[in-house]
Amino acid sequence: MKAIVNISLKAGVLDSQGKAVHHALDSLHFDGVKDVRVGKQIILQLDETDKQKAMSEVTTMCEELLANTVIEDYDIELV
Amino acid sequence: MKVTILQFPGTNCEYDTKYAFEKLGATTEILWHKSEEVPQDTDLLVVAGGFSYGDYLRSGAIAKFSPVMKAVKTYANDGGMVLGICNGFQVLTEAGLLPGALKRNEGLHFISKHHHLSVQNNDNIFLKKLECGDVVNIPIAHHDGNYYIDEESLKELEANNQILLKYTDKDGNIQNPNGSVESIAGVCNKEKNVFGLMPHPERAMEVLLGSNDGVKMLQGFFE
Repeated sequence: MKAIVNISLKAGVLDSQGKAVHHALDSLHFDGVKDVRVGKQIILQLDETDKQKAMSEVTTMCEELLANTVIEDYDIELV
Repeated sequence: MKVTILQFPGTNCEYDTKYAFEKLGATTEILWHKSEEVPQDTDLLVVAGGFSYGDYLRSGAIAKFSPVMKAVKTYANDGGMVLGICNGFQVLTEAGLLPGALKRNEGLHFISKHHHLSVQNNDNIFLKKLECGDVVNIPIAHHDGNYYIDEESLKELEANNQILLKYTDKDGNIQNPNGSVESIAGVCNKEKNVFGLMPHPERAMEVLLGSNDGVKMLQGFFE
């Protein structure tokens, strides 16, 4: 099973990279962009075949290492 | 006075730190991160600056799981003095020994220059030889020095005198180089035995090299 973990700064935490990308898009005349947030994606290949167990394990990974929950939110997708 | 200096793969300020504390009269030991204990005669444990584990994932995120960090937590929880400088500060926040987190600098650039800092609180061992409002000139060199803390925890920091230093100009007026909340450059824990700051006092030990204001800071740890 594959777990796709998306990590981004929490809403309310200023994302300076997102802001810089937004400025760059503006200067390229992509005027319809309201907001840009830059995050990261971590893809894990798992031995686990049980979805529930995999979800619980990846959640622990996020809490302990993959995300810093002081500033970041994470989202897990199992495929 | 015995100062133990932690070394991870990627640490690069351990020898500057050793030089600084030996200049002040301490004996020092550089401790590789695989060690599972802190030497018993340690009076101060320094988590030195650098780029532990290449700053992969997040600055300090992987170092916090090094074998030595368990011993560091025990040492700190037993009241031992711990000082994290730059990457050391990032490691201590990641490890939960200090509040808040360090984000990418607001301007996205790596900043390397001397910067003035004003002392916010001196009712702690680290800054006891300085007065509140004193301005020191100390080098900063970081990419992820943008201190973040939520509003509620910020109030706690303020109420407990945990804010150590703020970035200012030479007259002590706030001047924020990296977007840090309240221009914060350094904090300590509630118990005031764990200290962290982004600037490098160990690089400000010689007038010839631009400033020796680091002497007054690090001397605080000496009786």
